[in-house]
Amino acid sequence: MPWMSPLARIRDALAGQRARDKDLRNLVSNLPYEGLDKWKQPNRHFRNNGIKTTKYSVLFFIPMNLFEQFHRLANLYFVGLAILNFVPVVQAFEPEVALIPICVILALTAIKDAWEDFRRYKSDKKLNRLPCFVYSSKEKCFVEKRWKDVRVGDFVKVESNDIVPADLLLLYTSDPNGVCHIETANLDGETNLKQRRAVPGVCITVSNTDILLIIHAVIRTGCLGFSHPDLVLKQHLGCTVRNTGYAVGFVVYAGHETKAMLNNNGPRYKRSRLERRLNIDVIFCILLLFTMCIIGSLGHVPLYLVPQTDGHLDTPSLSSFYKFFSMIILLQVLIPISLYVSIELVKIGQIYFITNDLDLYDEETDATIQCKALNITEDLGQIQYIFSDKTGTLTENKMVFRRCSIMGREYPHKENGMFLCGPKRALKMYIYKIKILMFTKSLPPNQQETEVILDQKLLRQIRGTEKIDAYQDFFLALAICNTVVVSMATAKRLRVSTAEFQQTNQSNPLDTLSSLVRRAGSWTRLRAPITSETSANDLTTQGQSVNQTGGQTCSLHVPPQGTAPAVPAGKLCYEAESPDEAALVHTAKAYGFVLMSRTPDSVTVQLPSGAQLRFEVLDTLSFDSNRKRMSVLVRHPISKQCILYTKGADYAIMELLETPYGEKQQKAIASDTQQHLDCYAKEGLRTLCIAKKVLCDGEYESWAVQRQHALAAMDNREQLIMDSAVQIETNLCLLGATGVEDRLQDSVPDTVMTLREAGIQVWVLTGDKPETAVNIGYACRLLEQDDLLYLDHFLLLSQVTCTSILDCGLEEVRRYSEDPRNVDTTPDISLVIDGRTLTMLMSPDLRDRFVDLARHCRSVLCCRVTPLQKSEVVKLIREKLKVMTLAVGDGANDVNMIQAADIGVGISGQEGMQAVMASDFAISRFKHLKKLLLVHGHWCYSRLANMIIYFFYKNAANVNLLFWYQFFCGFTANAMIDHWLMIFFNLLFTSVPPIMFGIMDKDVSAEMLLGLPELYRTGQGKGEYSFFTFWISMLDAFYQSLVAFFIPYFTYRGSDIDIYAFGTPLNTISLFTILLHLSIEIKAWTIVHVFIILGSVTLYFIVTLAYGVRYLNYSGYWTLQAQMVDPMFYLVCLISTVIALLPRYLFHVLKNSITCSPIVEARHLDTLEPSTRDQWIKEWRSFRGRVQDKTSDVSVPPSPSLESLDDDSIMDDEFALNVITANHHKKANS
Amino acid sequence: MMASGYNAKDEDGHIAVAGLGGGALRSRKPENTAFKQQRLPAWQPVLTAGSVLPAFFIIGLVFIPIGIGLYVTSSNIREFEIDYTGVDVSSPCFNCSQNFNWNSTKPCTCSIPFYLDQSYESNVFMYYGLSNFYQNHRRYVKSRDDSQLNGDPTELTKPSKECEPYAFHEHKPIAPCGAIANSMFNDSLELFYIDPNGTKVPVPLSSTGIAWWTDKHVKFRNPGGNPNLTAAFQGTVKPVNWRRPVYELDSDPENNGFINEDFIVWMRTAALPTFRKLYRVIQKRNGLMPTLPRGNYSLDVHYNYPVRSFEGRKRVILSSISWMGGKNPFLGIAYVSVGSVCFFLGVVLLFIHHKYGNRSSSADMSH
Repeated sequence: MPWMSPLARIRDALAGQRARDKDLRNLVSNLPYEGLDKWKQPNRHFRNNGIKTTKYSVLFFIPMNLFEQFHRLANLYFVGLAILNFVPVVQAFEPEVALIPICVILALTAIKDAWEDFRRYKSDKKLNRLPCFVYSSKEKCFVEKRWKDVRVGDFVKVESNDIVPADLLLLYTSDPNGVCHIETANLDGETNLKQRRAVPGVCITVSNTDILLIIHAVIRTGCLGFSHPDLVLKQHLGCTVRNTGYAVGFVVYAGHETKAMLNNNGPRYKRSRLERRLNIDVIFCILLLFTMCIIGSLGHVPLYLVPQTDGHLDTPSLSSFYKFFSMIILLQVLIPISLYVSIELVKIGQIYFITNDLDLYDEETDATIQCKALNITEDLGQIQYIFSDKTGTLTENKMVFRRCSIMGREYPHKENGMFLCGPKRALKMYIYKIKILMFTKSLPPNQQETEVILDQKLLRQIRGTEKIDAYQDFFLALAICNTVVVSMATAKRLRVSTAEFQQTNQSNPLDTLSSLVRRAGSWTRLRAPITSETSANDLTTQGQSVNQTGGQTCSLHVPPQGTAPAVPAGKLCYEAESPDEAALVHTAKAYGFVLMSRTPDSVTVQLPSGAQLRFEVLDTLSFDSNRKRMSVLVRHPISKQCILYTKGADYAIMELLETPYGEKQQKAIASDTQQHLDCYAKEGLRTLCIAKKVLCDGEYESWAVQRQHALAAMDNREQLIMDSAVQIETNLCLLGATGVEDRLQDSVPDTVMTLREAGIQVWVLTGDKPETAVNIGYACRLLEQDDLLYLDHFLLLSQVTCTSILDCGLEEVRRYSEDPRNVDTTPDISLVIDGRTLTMLMSPDLRDRFVDLARHCRSVLCCRVTPLQKSEVVKLIREKLKVMTLAVGDGANDVNMIQAADIGVGISGQEGMQAVMASDFAISRFKHLKKLLLVHGHWCYSRLANMIIYFFYKNAANVNLLFWYQFFCGFTANAMIDHWLMIFFNLLFTSVPPIMFGIMDKDVSAEMLLGLPELYRTGQGKGEYSFFTFWISMLDAFYQSLVAFFIPYFTYRGSDIDIYAFGTPLNTISLFTILLHLSIEIKAWTIVHVFIILGSVTLYFIVTLAYGVRYLNYSGYWTLQAQMVDPMFYLVCLISTVIALLPRYLFHVLKNSITCSPIVEARHLDTLEPSTRDQWIKEWRSFRGRVQDKTSDVSVPPSPSLESLDDDSIMDDEFALNVITANHHKKANS
Repeated sequence: MMASGYNAKDEDGHIAVAGLGGGALRSRKPENTAFKQQRLPAWQPVLTAGSVLPAFFIIGLVFIPIGIGLYVTSSNIREFEIDYTGVDVSSPCFNCSQNFNWNSTKPCTCSIPFYLDQSYESNVFMYYGLSNFYQNHRRYVKSRDDSQLNGDPTELTKPSKECEPYAFHEHKPIAPCGAIANSMFNDSLELFYIDPNGTKVPVPLSSTGIAWWTDKHVKFRNPGGNPNLTAAFQGTVKPVNWRRPVYELDSDPENNGFINEDFIVWMRTAALPTFRKLYRVIQKRNGLMPTLPRGNYSLDVHYNYPVRSFEGRKRVILSSISWMGGKNPFLGIAYVSVGSVCFFLGVVLLFIHHKYGNRSSSADMSH
């Protein structure tokens, strides 16, 4: 790099800053400046594309890490103390000795940080090294560069299936329409493709060199202005180009300025609730310490024997003042310095066990649980509210065609239903056997499972008829009436356009498709140096050569099969916006109606006979939530009829049916179908009705004109378009209905039930329609048949009515709970709210009422909520009720919610990364929540809580010995134990057992925790770590230290014992008390426990003995040896330990014998034989079941049929209320 | 090509691209080991009245005999104590205590008569006791130089800073330095048996074997290999308060200098402000005679050590000794009471066990 004056550097830096701050970005292409010195580059102010997420550099690691660590108050405090020790007047230890603990702790933390940073560095390096193609004006072609060398102002080519390296302005794509498809699955989990259009108005000539110059020229003259939203084909990580040969873009933002990096705020530091409580207790400890120090400094006895160095004695007040600090140093251990490090170690251990749990491993995706947040494991044990997303979280988000009804006849697809119930392995095998599956193994498994097993009856029905009848129409409608994009199931997912199939009878399609894009020559030359390696590409080039005569199609569009007239149906791959559509298209395909391709104005369908029909698409009336249906208007290629295929929600279609005068058959079909639909809905299927309408030409013409007006209208356009759609969607002829299942994930109902038994309220927040949501709610047992459905689906409800309804509900709840018969039970109200009502409920005047009511509800279901609302709900509940919340979701729309909750859980199954990246824990199945919360959550919480309490106790018990000794040494901050041994006591002898305790203790076995979900309730609310338990253990610590001090004191009082000989039994008693105390607390002894506890004792004796021998300058030379030959030593130790532990031992015994908390009961059960134990669990549960039955016997509301309630409440506001009141009256009466 | 190697689900959400050689797929399935699955065989004791009952009775049964044994042993120990501080006007040492001066050349002596109403049969240990003397005061405890005491010749002439202000006197190093050594107890005590016909018979006091063996032979060493201690301590001065230099503490070369046992005993600082230190041992001479027969005795004190300034007291203790040290009934009483309490608790627990104990086998699990 050439030398630059510092001034110039500063100027540059400032300029860069300004350029970055401005909203408007003026960019100049780098091409003309290529090869110039760096400081002459026009875009030098902008950062390059290299990313660096590491915190430290190798050189400055130590100072930076120390700086970072000293942000922790605790560390500062301890360093302060250590430094204080260097002041001679206050020094209590040898200064060097005092430095050891803090150094050890800083070093441990630094090693951990360094390791984490190194991992980040490695992943950055990988990313920065990814190759991409940048245009070079010297080489006149795209050359391969690494990601980090890409700069703002470069032209980048991204090929299909490549990841977009930086935020790009899309200038050109190989697609004739100038469209580029991108997949953001890795970013937000949406698997459907998103379209980005090349910037319109940029003239591109495809003479592979000068196009870029033209672009450059255009940009330079400044005639391209873009606002942020439409500017870019963006996203740094995880955005992949699909379905497009390649795309060329102009780098606008690079590196850390890309949207992906800006969104990536780094890991959030979440503080667990336990840690917050812990900090309060640390403050208590500080107060305690100060009290002790003040006592010490007031009682200080200045000694006449030793004047200060210069021979004078300090005034008493001054020396008292000094002693205050000496005492702080001496008693500093009361503030548990090692606690923070120990907690981190314990959490690492806990996470190790969580991630190694086989039950949380999903074979199918080969994914274990990922713990991203390292410091909130114990919060898992305190969850009170779970907010769950529906699609993809509770359900698989794999729609499966289950049943259909055509022309009033039901085709139940029994086998289909059967294997869905069966185990998955069998399912796959079955599919393979009957060879309906045509996909190769290389395809993702979900596509295999979308396959349908045919209903033989239906198959015969289709085969039997040659003429176009309703059956054919039904399947045609399934195939046509959608927005599914067809692509190739090859390594490169390319879009299948009509061009390939109709090459012979089509003129150059590009003429009609794109007037802007003029193609010139072929891309062969340009591609040659770049195209790589895979055989698919070789095939491509082959295909290209074959094709060159066939027209100037883009060679990339040619399928690997070259000139094959039709792509085998099995190689097709459907990409739908909604999985339902995909399921229907797959069904149609299974029955032989294969959707071959789709362009904006045509649809090609292959019939069972093998013939291909190309329907001209006249219009597409897309789906909207008001109409709840979509239609496609096509012209039949043979009959030249105008046909409208409509599909939509059942009630949206049913009311539009043609009312045939006297035609009984139609009426019968409609009523039969309705019956079937009701039946489907009860099964929790997503229902759709399919209808068609044949238009005569005149009708179409007049409508088309109107449509044109609507499309061209300036004002009120939306409304007009909708009106025009409504206008044509009348007098439909019902073809049939389908039932598609959004399959619930494995054992979701069981999980939901268990979680509820564990005292966790489960809320479902979904963007789905209420109907579907309610269906799923029933299916996963969130709502139950005897639930009172409190449907709040009032679209135009005013705030006043809303208030009154809430009040009414609250009144009901109150009346219910006041009823003496209903003690201990909560009313079975479930709330179903839709997004708009939710907005109203969240308003300041209503939110209190809403929260109050929601608290009394068994479950709450919110439909049609936006991502923002999701997070608002979570925040509201979290703040108003002060509860622990967990949010679980899988998609980008759940990210807000996941971040708002105390714990965010991402489901990593088949969806993308966004939710997972934002989450604290990523699991692959919803059912894993059960074990994660009930077992690991409970364990982590109880382990950590007990460990922390123990830690406080341990330090207090140990340090108080020193304090009591102060009363006998004139409060001079002297210690009766050698300083080294004191340090070792905390660092070596008693540090490992509590950590092991925090990692490995098991109060109740996993089987019991899963079998008896009630056990989870112990962690909720305050749980085991409360104000009470803390002070109890502190009192115990004081008591034990008093015993450990005064028993030896009275024994040795007046004797000739020296300081260290006196300290040795004290220290030994303290060690035994502390370790045996832990042994009382340990609930499950394994070989590891025994080993560590015995190891600690052995270590103590070995170190102390060795120290007594080796260290001549130690005044306590040979002390322990001398003590150990004295029988008194053992007698003193024995009795002190027994007396010290007696109360706690007794407390535990009495607690376990007299009280009957569930945990104690469970521990009793745990000691039984497994078989007997299971028997007990069963009995226990059935007993509880009986209790529940009793309450539900009291109120048996006429379980309202789902649909009727649904519909009625939508129509009539007051109705829902009436249902509730009616049911309650019944309850009260019976 | 690179997209196919793109692994969306890397552990931390970072993008990872499979390296060229790293394509071998390793399952992430956790190992199914008892440790990793937290299924190690475990013993899960539940402390209930029933299960701990035996422990309480056993403690009771073991502790009470121990306690009784201790108590009996302790009460068999003879102990006699004389306070010779001389605070009372009537006390023979009153005069000495009044006009005290560290530097007075003329020793003040006083003689205290006492009567032993029991004879001491075995060896008798003679202690001096000090009260209200904070030998465990922090600055005091630290004021020594263990290297010097170990005979390190460099430390001899350059005492550690810890010894300040008793490290140098008139620019010469003090040996032994420090406040502990400086304040060494320097009363000399002699014991006389006054036989029935009134003659004072001196009781032979043995001044060796009173310090720990390791202290005398390992920790404390005289400087250099020079048997002539006067030469070895050349260039040092005696501690300010001492009357004699360290090499004149005793005439016996094995008990002189730093390895003088009185000095070593003093240097083991006492744990508590009221303490005793072993002064002499009265050996039992033959099997027939009691070590100290019953009768009149006289304690002659060369009164040098001042305690009045800190309201201290000086005592002399004569004690026969057992395996458990001096006379102290405390531990015996403690054992007996703890044993009884445990026994009592055992009974209470028996009752509790009877009332609640068979719960886990009855059907009222679920209430």
